[in-house]
Amino acid sequence: MSKNNDSNQFRKVDVDEYDENKFVDDEDNGESQVGPDEAEVDSLIRQGNLMEALQAVLKNPPINTKNQNVKDRAEALMLKVLSAFKSSDIEKAVQSLDKNGVDLLMKYIYKGFEKPSENSSATLLQWHEKALSAGGVGSIVRVLTARKTV
Amino acid sequence: MAYHSFLLEPISCHSWNKDRTQIALCPNNHDVHIYKKDGTKWTKIHELKEHNGQVTGIDWAPESNRIVTCGTDRNAYVWSLKGEVWKPTLVILRINRAARCVSWSPKENKFAVGSGSRLISICYFEQENDWWVCKHIKKPIRSTVLSLDWHPNNVLLAAGSCDFKCRVFSAYIKEVEEKPGPTVWGSKMPFGEVLFESGPSGVSGGAGEGAGGGWVHGVCFSHSGNRLAWTSHDSTVAIAEGGKTSTISSLSSETLPLLCVSFITENSLVAAGHDCYPVLFVYDGTKGSVTFGGKLDVPKQTSQRGISARERFQNLDRRATSSETTEQGLESLHKNSISQISVLEGGKSKCSTFCTTGMDGGMVTWDVKSLESDLKDLKIV
Repeated sequence: MSKNNDSNQFRKVDVDEYDENKFVDDEDNGESQVGPDEAEVDSLIRQGNLMEALQAVLKNPPINTKNQNVKDRAEALMLKVLSAFKSSDIEKAVQSLDKNGVDLLMKYIYKGFEKPSENSSATLLQWHEKALSAGGVGSIVRVLTARKTV
Repeated sequence: MAYHSFLLEPISCHSWNKDRTQIALCPNNHDVHIYKKDGTKWTKIHELKEHNGQVTGIDWAPESNRIVTCGTDRNAYVWSLKGEVWKPTLVILRINRAARCVSWSPKENKFAVGSGSRLISICYFEQENDWWVCKHIKKPIRSTVLSLDWHPNNVLLAAGSCDFKCRVFSAYIKEVEEKPGPTVWGSKMPFGEVLFESGPSGVSGGAGEGAGGGWVHGVCFSHSGNRLAWTSHDSTVAIAEGGKTSTISSLSSETLPLLCVSFITENSLVAAGHDCYPVLFVYDGTKGSVTFGGKLDVPKQTSQRGISARERFQNLDRRATSSETTEQGLESLHKNSISQISVLEGGKSKCSTFCTTGMDGGMVTWDVKSLESDLKDLKIV
């Protein structure tokens, strides 16, 4: 039988890229977003002012940026703040957030679930329970349907 | 609140005739069944078999008594009653994907079909050739059109689509109508012009983090046509007022996504979806805010009987709670997602009854007055 000695590089072409009807998301300028201010959040944690730390870490979410490092740093910082809380204070902290804050918190919680470390799942689950009672199923739906994740 | 279970299959779509004695629905197959009301019973009087694919949209024109149906076979048929039989006329839509939704215009001289081909077909009847002709609205739609609603002036059309946007188009056909007067949405309305496009959701408040949104499942104009409401797959409901393009008020709800929405007065809307019960939203025009008005469903019947210790442990074993309710299912009338709402009496300005159909094959007619008296905190402004 004859063997096909021609190049089969064509198999590596991504045909979807050449589809003229391909849906492209609206490009948003996210280069200016740097994520929450680490120094500020760290100092607030050390001072023991956890409510303020939570508010600070929820500012400037790196939603639109494509820089993976920024997102990782923000997630790590968020985890630090969430673990610093005592279980009994979690509910009060969630109550202090507005609707958008609860949605953003849910986004971070699910991001944290993606890469579990030793103790993170337990704290995240506690936060998840409280955030769920505040935001309802709708906040989880918004995490799932968001095109730009934190 | 009467619940009537038509069949076991989901009801894909439905439409009522003018005096609300007959309902045309699709039982999730290629046909349309027409049921007639006899007192409290429903009897099937007609079966319309012409489509080759699932029928995805039905609309019954009240004045001219014609039914338009569209389906996944990329066709639409206009049915007219000749004597005792419904006769179909094929409409060539020139689409290469399934048709998703169809709607007669208020004057019933044209209808719009939304499809997966990323366009809307506006069809009107051409007298000289005795057939239905269609024109396409393509730009700037980038994905399937899921829902349509006409403005009362017979020219403007709202479309919700899977590219996360809700838009208002002009569907002005010069062959069948005269130039429309200016409205709050704009004054220049050539065919296909976009008069309004919703930005990514999360416009009102929230540091830009609500970008993206979700598929727009349901759209509805208010009775006057000045307000437009739409529900989206990210569990939000939003209302825009024509003329003031920046005021889009949206509410992130706590429920699962809502699939259909309808105004019942100028300020209140009823929406229903995957949560199996309708909910009421109230819009405050002066503050520009949408608030959750309440859940519209039968009040919970709390069982008074005590629960034995044995049952308590059994419940703990089976369901991890020792709660008293032994109901395994949902406590709402509908047992599965509600896919369509239609206003029965009163129009969109003072609706007194509306009807919902869903994936459980059931249809419920809701009476607004009795809902208001049953559910004490409800206020329909």
